[in-house]
Amino acid sequence: MSTVTLRDIHKTYVDAEVIIGVDLDINDGEFVVFVGPSGCGKSTLLRMIAGLEEITSGDLLIDGERMNDVPPDKRGLAMVFQTYALYPHMTVAENMAFSLRLAGMPKAKRYERAKEVARILQLEPLLDRKPRALSGGQRQRVAIGRALVRNPKVFLFDEPLSNLDAALRVQMRIELASLHDSLQSTMIYVTHDQVEAMTLADKIVVLQGGVIEQVGSPLELYHHPRNLFVAGFIGSPKMNFLPVTVTAVNDFGTTVSLPGEASVTIPVKPGYVSIGDRATLGIRPEHLQIEPNHAELTGEVLVVERLGGETFLYVKIMGGDTLTIQTNGDNTSLVHDRVPIAIHGDLCHLFDQQGEAIPKARRHHLTLNESQEQEAHEQSYQPKLNY
Amino acid sequence: MAAKPKLRRRIWTTALGWLAAGILFFPIFWMVLTSFKTEVEAIAIPPKLFFQPTLENYSTINDRTDYFSFALNSVLISVGSTLLALLFAVPAAYAMAFFPTKRTKGTLLWMLSTKMLPPVGVLVPIYLIFRNLSLLDTRIGLTIIYTLINLPIVVWMIYTFFKDVPKDILEAGRMDGASTRQEVFQVLLPLALPGIASTGLLAIILSWNEAFWSLNLTTTNAAPLTTFIASFSSPQGLFWAQLSAASSLAIAPILIFGWLSQRQLVRGLTFGAVK
Amino acid sequence: MSSTLAVQPNQRTSSKRQVSTLPLVGPSVVVLLIWMIVPLVMTLWFSLQHLNLLNPDNNSFAGLSNYIALLSTPALWISIFNTLVLVGSVLVITIGLGTLLAVLFNEEFWGRSIARLLAIAPFFVMPTVSALIWKNMLMHPVNGLFAYITRSLGFGAIDWFAQYPMLSVILIVSWEWLPFALLILLTAIQSQDDEQVEAARMDGAKSLAIFRFITLPHLGRAIAVLAMIETIFFLTIFAEIFVTTSGGPGLATTNLAYFIYLRALFEFDVGGASAAGLLAVILANIVAIFLMRIVARNLDV
Repeated sequence: MSTVTLRDIHKTYVDAEVIIGVDLDINDGEFVVFVGPSGCGKSTLLRMIAGLEEITSGDLLIDGERMNDVPPDKRGLAMVFQTYALYPHMTVAENMAFSLRLAGMPKAKRYERAKEVARILQLEPLLDRKPRALSGGQRQRVAIGRALVRNPKVFLFDEPLSNLDAALRVQMRIELASLHDSLQSTMIYVTHDQVEAMTLADKIVVLQGGVIEQVGSPLELYHHPRNLFVAGFIGSPKMNFLPVTVTAVNDFGTTVSLPGEASVTIPVKPGYVSIGDRATLGIRPEHLQIEPNHAELTGEVLVVERLGGETFLYVKIMGGDTLTIQTNGDNTSLVHDRVPIAIHGDLCHLFDQQGEAIPKARRHHLTLNESQEQEAHEQSYQPKLNY
Repeated sequence: MAAKPKLRRRIWTTALGWLAAGILFFPIFWMVLTSFKTEVEAIAIPPKLFFQPTLENYSTINDRTDYFSFALNSVLISVGSTLLALLFAVPAAYAMAFFPTKRTKGTLLWMLSTKMLPPVGVLVPIYLIFRNLSLLDTRIGLTIIYTLINLPIVVWMIYTFFKDVPKDILEAGRMDGASTRQEVFQVLLPLALPGIASTGLLAIILSWNEAFWSLNLTTTNAAPLTTFIASFSSPQGLFWAQLSAASSLAIAPILIFGWLSQRQLVRGLTFGAVK
Repeated sequence: MSSTLAVQPNQRTSSKRQVSTLPLVGPSVVVLLIWMIVPLVMTLWFSLQHLNLLNPDNNSFAGLSNYIALLSTPALWISIFNTLVLVGSVLVITIGLGTLLAVLFNEEFWGRSIARLLAIAPFFVMPTVSALIWKNMLMHPVNGLFAYITRSLGFGAIDWFAQYPMLSVILIVSWEWLPFALLILLTAIQSQDDEQVEAARMDGAKSLAIFRFITLPHLGRAIAVLAMIETIFFLTIFAEIFVTTSGGPGLATTNLAYFIYLRALFEFDVGGASAAGLLAVILANIVAIFLMRIVARNLDV
């Protein structure tokens, strides 16, 4: 049983406040990913949990106990660093057993333990090597092994895969996922890579400017982003945003006018925007279609990127905006072609002028069990309009 | 075809490079050569390039002068002052590298600036202080001076080596439960050891070759090799072969140290302003 | 919107491990402070005294008279002039040749690393040894190698230290310090971005143009730093003069350092030597201020 709870955590440096009131509950066995652009405070937050940074104010609880002033090694945590931070003057075995040696465990016993972990990570043949004789992936594994040896309550990962090449990164990602599956321990993972976040996390925490933008499952963030920032950050390629004007609001949806004559109706709850308001329409590239029959928009293809399995079209539409469209690999459009674009209101997102998402009328079927949390948020976000 | 100009260029640079190296090294070569001649051959005109080499000079300086007491002085003073400087510098560099305060930069720069005080500016008071404390011509006296003149460079270099240690590794040590003591002795110092060693080497080189204070503050008892060699300058004796043998012995160890620590020398003597 | 909050990793404050730094830094600061302050204050004090160790009873406050006497001594001006000549010439020689050598040793050639070892060797030779090798085996008017060479070429022997005493000292000091210049400038050249040179080559620059427009500007700061460090060392050249010319003939090779030495340890004129010592400190400080400014700029704590 190991839970981590953050209560109104603040971090202030001499010249700036970098964490501004973070509240978060991390459940036992959960894989939580902190994600956000660089400078958003995600690493600082992790280092505060680790005990490497002081907490300016607020409470950090691990298994319900306040840990603010407990030294890092007494918190029952282990951390994997971005640079791996292996001790270059020690062998792999010594690296992994170092914490046990400091804890006073007898030599035979700690090497036994190191060997055991090495077996799990397939490091056994490397036990007597020094870090400099290892490849990047092997070093990464040793760093994970060093964390495993301690049998921690919570694992902390600080961008552990960012120094690996692309192929190895995918492989290590899969290994981490299966490691979590077999250990079932709580893990907190920091990354700026939203693909890592989506694939690994039970729960993603999106941070920006020292505040939490949204907490939820990967699909929750994908289907129900709370605001423009999360909508733009999660998903690749990035979601398209179009400025629109509200033309009708009723119980089953809100209708907005697109550049040109067309309009589209998005099934969102009423009461958040009214007719004549400016709003932002969000559509993911994979939800736009080239469809000659009911095209809401047409535009000129500026660039075609063919990845083989899929093709991205960058299309300039009336009004000057550029849309990214994901189509399948055998799409035949060429540069300068005019293409008809279909927009399905069901798949669109609508954001008010403050950039807050207007809640969908129905939740996506894969995110239904999170609806309670989401409802709570929607209540806290009161419609600002008076009819 | 394309390789030809490249080859020609390489031949040229090889010739020029070896020519330059040859000219610069020639006096040392000539000295070593002379040390194997007899005194008569040493001053012979025309100079002899080929001769029957003899070790006579090396045994003469061993017998006639107490060469080894001077050498011992050099070793004791340069090694002693280096160890002393390290003893002062390592804690200071540790504090400044890992626990910087607002004053750290100023302190560091001030330490470096003491290195720029010209020794002649303080010759008189140091001489008088040494005379009053009976430190003239003592190893301890010279050791103290060398410790002080090398301390800024030693602090500076160890500081930069400590700064090069990745912070993540020290933090990993803390996550593993290392106390401050354990962190320093089991993680930091083993990591920085090569840097500390080369800093020590540089300090030894600088002390070994120092010739202002040694000439002014020592005469016989504590005189290191610099002073001993200077005694050959007296015009009455033309003992060139002996001088060469003594000089060859005096510079041999330091030449090797110097070759080993070229990189650190640049780092230390330019205070990091040239990378 | 969050850019003002962005924190670079290296701005992170240190962890909360508490270490009291004063006992660690204190000893070094205290000994250096004593080393710097005590002798300087004493020098200042002596410079205001009539104090000659030959008759120590005749000790009285002198005010500025030591300075006045000093400034009206022609020997001082000669020694300052000699100092400037020595410093200036050696600077020009070592930096000029050092730059060329650095470019040369930056090229790949056969046996480069061994050639480089030989080329930098003179820097590690103790000054008294260097001076005596040159004085005796190379520059001796009768038995020296140079004399033999010039005679063989029909020019007759040159008595270097009698005819060209200052040039001789300059040659010796340049030989000692050229390797230092080479080492520093080579380090600086090697830090040059290869792609920059390649880009210039793509732009049509030939070797000379690359040197002039890419390498030389890149070396600018290194040359400045080198010049200042060398100046500080050259201002107090002593051993080379001590074992070769003893400042002579006459005052021909007496520099400021040697002048002070003569005053202090030969004439035992503590007051006068101290006044001259302060002069040397001031001269060195003028250079040091510029040097420290560059060092400070490169130092991030």
